[in-house]
Amino acid sequence: MVDKTQDKIIELVNINRTFEDGVVAVDNFNFYVRRGEFVTFLGPSGCGKTTTLRMIAGFDKPTSGQILLNGKDISNLPPNQRPINTVFQRYALFPHLNVYENIAFGLKLKKYKVTYQDEKGKQFTKIEKLSKKEISAKVEKVLKMVDLEGFEKRGVATLSGGQQQRVAIARALVNEPEILLLDEPLGALDLKMRKDMQLELKEMHKKLGITFIYVTHDQEEALTMSDTILVMKDGIIQQIGTPTDIYNEPKNSFVANFIGESNIFSGTMVGEKKARFIGSTFDCVDDFPKNEKVDIVVRPEDVVLLDEDKGQVKGKIISSIFKGVHYEMVMKVGKTEVVIQSTVERKVGESVSINIAPDNIHVMAKEFSSNKYDGYITKKNTVCFGDGEFECDVTKLYPGSILDEEGYLITAEGEKIDLTDVDVDVEVGLKDIEISDDADLGGAIGNIVSIIYKGDHYQLIVRTDENEEDFVLDTEDTWNENDRVSVIIPKEKIKISLKQEIKR
Amino acid sequence: MRNEKVIDRSAYKKPVKANRLFTFSRKQLCIPYGLFLVMFVVIPLLLIVYFAFTGEDGSFTFSNFIRFFSDTTKLSTLFISVLVALAVTVICLIVAYPVALILSKMKGNVAMIFLLLFITPMWINFVLRAMAMKELLSLLSLPLGNMANLIGLTYDFLPFMIMPLYSTLIKMDRSLEEAAHDLGAGKVKVFTKVTLPLSVPGIISGAMMVFLPVMSCYVVTDTFSGSTGFTVIGKLIAWSFLGEGGTLADIHGGATISLVMLIIMFVTMIATGGFKNENNARGTNL
Amino acid sequence: MKKFLSFLYVIIVLAFVYVPILILVFYSFSSGKTTGNFEVFSFKWYSKLGEIKDVVLNTVVLAVVSSAIATILGTLGAIGIFYSKGKFGKTVNGISQIPVVNSEVVTACALVMLFMALGFAHRSMFGVYVGHVILTTPFVVLSVMPKLKQMDGSLYEAALDLGATPTQALFKVILPEILPGILSGFMLAITLSLDDYIITATLSPLSFDTISTAVYKSIALTTEKASEKIPIYRALTTIIFLLTVLVVILNASVKKRNRKGEVK
Repeated sequence: MVDKTQDKIIELVNINRTFEDGVVAVDNFNFYVRRGEFVTFLGPSGCGKTTTLRMIAGFDKPTSGQILLNGKDISNLPPNQRPINTVFQRYALFPHLNVYENIAFGLKLKKYKVTYQDEKGKQFTKIEKLSKKEISAKVEKVLKMVDLEGFEKRGVATLSGGQQQRVAIARALVNEPEILLLDEPLGALDLKMRKDMQLELKEMHKKLGITFIYVTHDQEEALTMSDTILVMKDGIIQQIGTPTDIYNEPKNSFVANFIGESNIFSGTMVGEKKARFIGSTFDCVDDFPKNEKVDIVVRPEDVVLLDEDKGQVKGKIISSIFKGVHYEMVMKVGKTEVVIQSTVERKVGESVSINIAPDNIHVMAKEFSSNKYDGYITKKNTVCFGDGEFECDVTKLYPGSILDEEGYLITAEGEKIDLTDVDVDVEVGLKDIEISDDADLGGAIGNIVSIIYKGDHYQLIVRTDENEEDFVLDTEDTWNENDRVSVIIPKEKIKISLKQEIKR
Repeated sequence: MRNEKVIDRSAYKKPVKANRLFTFSRKQLCIPYGLFLVMFVVIPLLLIVYFAFTGEDGSFTFSNFIRFFSDTTKLSTLFISVLVALAVTVICLIVAYPVALILSKMKGNVAMIFLLLFITPMWINFVLRAMAMKELLSLLSLPLGNMANLIGLTYDFLPFMIMPLYSTLIKMDRSLEEAAHDLGAGKVKVFTKVTLPLSVPGIISGAMMVFLPVMSCYVVTDTFSGSTGFTVIGKLIAWSFLGEGGTLADIHGGATISLVMLIIMFVTMIATGGFKNENNARGTNL
Repeated sequence: MKKFLSFLYVIIVLAFVYVPILILVFYSFSSGKTTGNFEVFSFKWYSKLGEIKDVVLNTVVLAVVSSAIATILGTLGAIGIFYSKGKFGKTVNGISQIPVVNSEVVTACALVMLFMALGFAHRSMFGVYVGHVILTTPFVVLSVMPKLKQMDGSLYEAALDLGATPTQALFKVILPEILPGILSGFMLAITLSLDDYIITATLSPLSFDTISTAVYKSIALTTEKASEKIPIYRALTTIIFLLTVLVVILNASVKKRNRKGEVK
């Protein structure tokens, strides 16, 4: 049995990196990489993946936290003292050196402490560099590995992109690093080259057994190559897991959306392993408390497309595109769109139905940080949403604007705007909603459908009658299920934003 | 023969110095140059201001300026310098622009050869070139004086005008001219509406290379003016400091004229936006 | 026709540039003292070049030494300016441009004031060298800077990554990378220093002459004695001209060969 702590080659503990301009690039990272693992940092640009890599390499220093290499803190060690080598995004080959000299660069700088023993048994040590012979042997070996034998004397500028890529990999590997960092190394290659290199890198990783940390924004690349994927967004780790885990069990809607195409529906648990979404109740394999609001992820290839009347949910095809192997179609159910992949084409306008197998329905807890609604502004400059009408401050839509006596909005630039019937996004925090027994006090009326005790407070869901709109709120007061209440939201707590610029 | 065997070999890393003061950063490389600039550029400039506003006894005074601006000989020299500098700049521009334009439209090796032909004289010492022109003038029995001065200055500064013009024109996107043609502009319109406006940066940096140096280039005027020709303001500065025999003379007067020159320089630079212009004739590397 | 006219125009301007020089070259082979009167073909003035040996030597030594100092100072300065992103680098860069736009007379006289204020002699070899370094260093900075901008930003990090210390990375990677800029900066510094008259005339000891100051004395002062050496300067000009042509041709052919040698 391998000791788990021994197994960690590198560990990031509470790592934060805030740039001079105040941007938080990395927010409290905690993770470790096992020896010999192929780990990928995956995320959109600006998610902190490259910053994290640069901190591991030593080019950047964490604002706080520790980077442990084999259990020792290396946060303050300069890059040239770390047994870690990098393959750079645009290779960073030294243009004034040829292929051989580029690869030998690190070897020529290496020093060894050699302990000798003479005949009398006396020991003495010397600091030595590698001999020319040793260097040349190592370079030849690594060149053979990347299939570039005979290229020693070539100038790096004369190589193709793929060959430069191989030299960059060879230059890093020849130093026998404990960890190889790869910063979007295939970004500059064309598609076919890229696919080949992916396989080759994977092969190399298997053969060498050293730890690879790979940075990419390409989810497919991450899924093909990695043992473990770290999905990041805005400097926060979203999920750590194997490619299968991340694909099949995304932790949140961001991961689900970023990794492959998926349908994400808003739903509610209506019974044990029963989820209701797109107007129908489905059996599923995940169990959540009854009445809990959930996100439901269904991969387009898991939607079974059937003739009208044969499936559980009916709808109409509104678009169909041939994608080479399959057709990608969009079916409309009520207001919701479902993306479907199928090898059988259905024409646009055709009425169809779908089924989804229980184990293809992935249910995720909806993280409620706020209530979000679609709303519109009335003539009286109030806002309608969630089956109710609430007072709000419409001047927030335009910074510096004021209302005139007639109820028109005057912007900071002096323009006059009529807000009547303008669509807005409405956001209300969980703690900003109060409820009352008095039906006349609030802007909307509904029944309490769920009460969950959250340790120090209750989380309630109030559902309206008409359109089954839900208000989720935190309160310390005790209520009973099915109490009929009115929803009160203070004017200043309603956050509104325009759905689109008003045409003037 | 010693019989030694290696019993251990491990990677050796020099221990990191704990004191960060001694680890070098790339930024710090400009410290020597920065100190040099402060010592030999900034402080001397401040000294100019200091000496311009102080009298012999070291007290603050405007008398140096009053002295300069009430001296009609000095004032007229300043006025003539500006005028001459302008004239030489314009002559050089008129002569050089067509050359630069024609060279920029030549192809391959021909362009290369002509360009080198224009660059080569720049490497001959400019006093020697002035001498050459003086010999030619005497051969043609043209008298020394104002005319000779203008010819001499134009001769010495012409290459400095051609180079920036050429490098701007060669970088210009030719398809812009074609686009103007395509949109119905005639040849003259294409030139006045597209080529000329786009070459303004080159004109400015060329003018910079001629206008300011001409005002201080008394070597050439000393060579060509004979007994009748004009001289330039640079001569006044040099003489204020050095007198005729090369001894120190009127420091305060010299500093005052220097300050006037500096102001003219700053005004010209700001007016043309030349501070941002890195397109420098002397910086043209081939 | 239009092509011919423009060709003709270029030829006329070229003639304007070259005729004076070629006349000088022509009469440098005349045994006579004055132009316009070719006496006998002779190398007489060339054999007298020894008389101005010191002047030439002064010029060359001053140019090479001051340019070498300027190149070191300017290269380090450019690297420093390039990598310091804040106001500091911008300030140094800004001040560095002052001597470029400032007239040489003002630069020279400002130095005279500095030496005076410090209680030094206002004419000294030290002063001449300082003056030439001030004059040429900004141009080294201007030549090196574009090479730094063109350089792949990751190269320095790549060197550190492969185990180089910052000093090793500077010498093994950055300097070789910007070497063409350093060399052209050095060449530019040399030509500027060779061309200088005003700084040398203002700051050098009276006994010290470079080609510029010596020739100036001969052509600007109209005494009989001063113009004595003019024929020797004709010979000197001829040699400089031929050397320049040679360097230009060599340079061009090397460049051409390099271009052909590039693998596409």
